Amino acid sequence: MYIITRRKMLNESIVLCDVKAPRVARTCLPGQFVIVKTDEKGERIPLTICDYDREQETVTIVFQIVGASTYKMAQLKEGDGFQDFTGPLGRPSDLCLMPLEQLKKKQIVFVAGGVGAAPVYPQVKWLKEQGVPSDVIMGARSKDILILEEEMKQVAENLYITTDDGSYVRKGLVTDVLRDLVADQGKNYDHCVAIGPLIMMKFVSLLTKELQIPTVVSMNPIMVDGTGMCGACRVTVGGQVRFACVDGPEFDGHLLNFDEAIKRQQIYRTEEGRAYLKAKEGDTHHGGCGNCGGEQ
Amino acid sequence: MDMLKKVPVKEQAPEVRAKNFEEVCLGYDEQEAVMEAGRCLNCKKPFCVGGCPVNIDIPGFITKLKEGSIEEAYQIISKDSALPAVCGRVCPQESQCEGKCIRGIKGEPIAIGKLERFAADWARQRGIRPVKEAVHNGKKVAVIGSGPAGLTCAGDLARLGYQVTIFEALHQPGGVLVYGIPEFRLPKDEVVAKEIQNVMDLGVKIETNVIVGRSVTIDQLLDEEGFDAVFIGSGAGLPRFMGIPGENANGVFSANEYLTRSNLMKAFDESYDTPIFRGKKVAVVGGGNVAMDAARTALRFGAEVHIVYRRSEAELPARVEEVHHAKEEGIIFDLLTNPVEILVDDNGWVKGMTCVRMELGEPDDSGRRRPVVIEGSEFDLALDTVIMALGTSPNPLISDTTKGLDVNRWHCIIADEKNGKTTKEGVYAGGDAVTGAATVILAMGAGKQAAQGIDEYLRNK
Repeated sequence: MYIITRRKMLNESIVLCDVKAPRVARTCLPGQFVIVKTDEKGERIPLTICDYDREQETVTIVFQIVGASTYKMAQLKEGDGFQDFTGPLGRPSDLCLMPLEQLKKKQIVFVAGGVGAAPVYPQVKWLKEQGVPSDVIMGARSKDILILEEEMKQVAENLYITTDDGSYVRKGLVTDVLRDLVADQGKNYDHCVAIGPLIMMKFVSLLTKELQIPTVVSMNPIMVDGTGMCGACRVTVGGQVRFACVDGPEFDGHLLNFDEAIKRQQIYRTEEGRAYLKAKEGDTHHGGCGNCGGEQ
Repeated sequence: MDMLKKVPVKEQAPEVRAKNFEEVCLGYDEQEAVMEAGRCLNCKKPFCVGGCPVNIDIPGFITKLKEGSIEEAYQIISKDSALPAVCGRVCPQESQCEGKCIRGIKGEPIAIGKLERFAADWARQRGIRPVKEAVHNGKKVAVIGSGPAGLTCAGDLARLGYQVTIFEALHQPGGVLVYGIPEFRLPKDEVVAKEIQNVMDLGVKIETNVIVGRSVTIDQLLDEEGFDAVFIGSGAGLPRFMGIPGENANGVFSANEYLTRSNLMKAFDESYDTPIFRGKKVAVVGGGNVAMDAARTALRFGAEVHIVYRRSEAELPARVEEVHHAKEEGIIFDLLTNPVEILVDDNGWVKGMTCVRMELGEPDDSGRRRPVVIEGSEFDLALDTVIMALGTSPNPLISDTTKGLDVNRWHCIIADEKNGKTTKEGVYAGGDAVTGAATVILAMGAGKQAAQGIDEYLRNK
């Protein structure tokens, strides 16, 4: 059992948990992920590490309720535990492996979309601890689903916020903000890290290619084991097939085949949706899943 | 009774079992087992023992069965094997013990596997456990991986008095016995879990969810966690793909993924959350045991299933029994057939596979006749799912993070066959991590040798 020592709803569908997991907390670095399984019958869910405390031996995860398994995870309270919590998986962020001298010369911008703010946060924090400032652009559909704003403010050199519907700070996409910063405010970024929905990472990568800013994206594809066994997480990078779990999760955004990744994300969508409805509605389920015919 | 033939074993009828995940083979009852044991000639020089990678005293346990002393038969097997109920079910006996049986020269060999299974099941159902006589010697050994190699090595070391901890990457111990081999061949709760419990009863601890190379390194286990030696039995987990166009389409799975979803994650059981793609027409590419397992799993999920294999039936690497069962259940064998492209629809899903016909040419390095493409023989198979069962290779996670541990160009750890010794002091290895994908029993044999190697090393240290 891996005990939840702190639990907080960041908004109505995004949950933050600190989990006691000594082996993970001792060795993890920003960019890596964990696999969480709620109970015997749950799925293995990959989640990027949002923060960690080596002394308390806790790891912070943030997840959005999108299916049956994340819904079940969200039902757990402080003091409850996950049956399984394993990691750290994947390679740490390139920035963490770079010599400090080289790192200090970099002009780094992070682009975080939606729940992508969670995996961006530890990287920005880690850089600050090394004395390396970085800018952060955070985007969300609207104000109420923007997460970790206060935390990010503490660690980012400059934080730029935008919302799709204009309900907070400014209206527009993260790419609009990035373009403005480079074109109008004379920012000379030479390293971009973009983490968020696939479609956002795709368009950020297209823009940074045009702006000639090397860009790293972090993939969170479907996977089972997280150790290179299943191959479900395969992505194509520069024409080569790579496994996100062991070769990634970070890849060169200018080489990644986003269209393929977007299609692959759909594989279990309908089945996941069905399972979610079953979990949430139970016996009261009366259609809407597109499967049972109850709506007719 | 015809002494030249095996006593037949009861099985679920093919048309019934094709729709369920219950065990196919039902095993002998006591009367049948004693009758089959009666066929054993009790040879003075038993070749069968030499054919067994863990050298079980086969005539010894069969003699006890003949006498009706089943518990004694079980204890004889247990001296050499920690997993008899598993081995009785999944060993390729036809090329090992039974392949060497004198009875087999004229007629059918003794059904050694089925007798082993009977003795193990009989004992388990009566709560009889292997005898242990361990006195702790104060030394600690870490075993990486809880598959057949790791469990065997751990069990043997525990009997010798070592304090053993197994580190398992997944959430459940058993390795390939739980994620790879299907329920209908090897029941998990009834057989695998119980045999693992027997190993734990010898004093072996198992820590799940630890990925050695990430959660902790081998150097840390030796330097910081106080282990005196390490055995690596991490298997061969990385799936191969063909590298043909369309292979990343939705509906193309590695056999590892497909089987892990069904076996470890129990997708066949409605009460689990695991999704699995239930194709209607499935091709499984490959001809080994894993290919048969994936094909028969897809069949049970309701699909029409084709095995697509580039050589002929004689070269199928799968156990004869698995091929036989697969055919009985209605798997279609497209032999001498090789895929060249996976056809993909506009939404990125598999819609078919272009294949070529093959013929057999001269023997290659493996001694098998090399398949050669017949020019102009392309044809399309309409499909919605393709499962690649092309073999696996060892995971580089451990070798990449361990200083001084050498591997060959296939990422297989270099280890001495006799004692499992690697290029790093105090570190031993065996099983698929060393040989590449092989069988449960060979991994167990390697685990056994390594246990002896480790014991010798630590006694002289």
